Amino acid sequence: MSDVLISNLVKTYPGNTERATDDISLEIADGEFMVLLGPSGCGKTTLLRMIAGLELPDDGSIAIGGRDVTYLPAHKRGLSMVFQSYAVFPHRSVRDNIAFGLTMAKKDQAEVERKVEWAAELLQLGRYLDRKPAQLSGGQRQRVAVARAIVMDADVLLMDEPLSNLDALLRLEFRTELKKIVQDLGTTTIYVTHDQGEALSLGDRVAVMRAGRIVQLGDPIEVYDTPTDRFVGGFLGSPPMNFLAAKVDPDGTGLHIGDDVVPAPPAARSHGGRDVLIGVRPENIEVSTERGDLTAHVEVVEPTGAAVLLTVDVGDEALKAAAPATFRARPGDVVHLSFPAAALRLYDAETHALVN
Amino acid sequence: MTAPDRAPLRRHRRNRVLLQVACVAVTAFMAVPLYLITLAAVSSRASLNAFPLSFLPTNLSLETLTAFLSSTGVVPSFGNSLIVGLWTLVLSLLIGVPAAYGLARTAFAGKEPYQLFLLFTRALPIVVLSVPLAQLFLTTGLYDTTYAVILLHTALSLPTTILICASVFLAVPVDVEEAARVFGCTQAQAFRQVVAPMALPGIAAAAIFTFVQSWNEVLAASILTLNRRTLPAQVLSSLGDSPLAYRFAGGFALVVPALLFIALMRRYLTNMWGSTIR
Repeated sequence: MSDVLISNLVKTYPGNTERATDDISLEIADGEFMVLLGPSGCGKTTLLRMIAGLELPDDGSIAIGGRDVTYLPAHKRGLSMVFQSYAVFPHRSVRDNIAFGLTMAKKDQAEVERKVEWAAELLQLGRYLDRKPAQLSGGQRQRVAVARAIVMDADVLLMDEPLSNLDALLRLEFRTELKKIVQDLGTTTIYVTHDQGEALSLGDRVAVMRAGRIVQLGDPIEVYDTPTDRFVGGFLGSPPMNFLAAKVDPDGTGLHIGDDVVPAPPAARSHGGRDVLIGVRPENIEVSTERGDLTAHVEVVEPTGAAVLLTVDVGDEALKAAAPATFRARPGDVVHLSFPAAALRLYDAETHALVN
Repeated sequence: MTAPDRAPLRRHRRNRVLLQVACVAVTAFMAVPLYLITLAAVSSRASLNAFPLSFLPTNLSLETLTAFLSSTGVVPSFGNSLIVGLWTLVLSLLIGVPAAYGLARTAFAGKEPYQLFLLFTRALPIVVLSVPLAQLFLTTGLYDTTYAVILLHTALSLPTTILICASVFLAVPVDVEEAARVFGCTQAQAFRQVVAPMALPGIAAAAIFTFVQSWNEVLAASILTLNRRTLPAQVLSSLGDSPLAYRFAGGFALVVPALLFIALMRRYLTNMWGSTIR
């Protein structure tokens, strides 16, 4: 187990003018579960691959457990990795796949066997040890990949979208299992994903990335609750945060949305009289058929089972609001919305940065 | 309700029958000569001259084949062919596999032109290559040796070996190789432990292709040798002034080893052209 210290890491792929990672610095504590979250092309996988030693940075440094590994070959870094495509060895049995790293490290045969048995039991692969990967389902292959990674007792465990090739139900199931396994191991883990649900549910901390930079770093609830800019709010959450143009009262107590006024959070005071964007999560919008601060027209009604997702028009802007599952509405209905001031986040209309 | 129009169904059935007929016709086109040559090779000399010729194996005898095998130069040339084929195979893999791996895994300036350039060796007619080479081999003392033929056959087979193997390596996922490196392999170990076993069927297919190409090549072998001929060159040179039976037996002896080789390796061949290399 070790901490990971990334300093000013720069990488530009040959033939590209834009940096894949743009001067990234990140400190990951010993035993921490760090999630790198972002849309495709944001540099999260590049960052992971540089930590793994599969790509070399142009500038900056990486230290694992106090040892500089920036330009060390992958096999000398003492890492373990789970790949998105599983990357199990098709010509080897499940047993040999799991044992691969230990065998390469010339570990004692008895210990290798003991570890393989342990990992196989943990991941419910005991019955499949003598099969070839081709005889396994996708979910089982991913289990093999995880087993192969955890037997290594590596300093740092890297995971590159390990759940994204699984179907939805399996993904949810395995996510819980993965969290328990990693919790019990206590290994420093760096996990790359584009799925905000995974990021929030797994990470001790989440680093949201965009265009080669980390735009927000914090614990999952904080990142979800108080996105520091519009991009983060629009990326996290399903459906993501709503953004509405508004103007702050000169004294900072109310927000004008068209002709309607909603109470402003304390942060509005610094922006008295200015244009802002209101950020509000769908589940924080109170929907009522009788009264509220805003009047809205229902466009689409989508029952999700746990809630009813309404797409409504306020003026000419569309909002998504999550109403209780018992809420009944039909397209064309008029509903009333209230925004609790405590749940509102304000963003500067020009910079899209959070207003504090 | 009117009865359904059955014309499309009838058309469908008729097309299936026609397809079968076409398949049989094409197969016969390939198989009948093979059958006739085999039949002639294992029939007695007398029955070959009989009229009408029997199309059934009524007069079996090994007389023709033994006569062919015991005629001058046949057995040594058979050996030469084997030596040339196997060495060509070994050399072309030794040079071709690393080249193919490089082509598949690295991006370098001029990669596309290089791949095209590879095929230029095959664009030149063998005669055009052989005559200057014969000159060169005469001066270097390699003329009329199996080495000369091996070198030329290797050169001829390299483009296909490299391109086939490169496509085989392309089909081995990079991820798997990277996984091997993360789990403690150097690049060379990753190749030996993971990439090579996964690519083996495809490489075997390339090897077969090379061997059969070398086995069947006659022109260069005839030009570059006089006394150390390969089997096809030997048969070709003595074809004009040999009896009919000898020609059949020679054809048979040429076809059978190549066919056997392909039959043995068929699994790998279908693997190569199919999508599975695992």
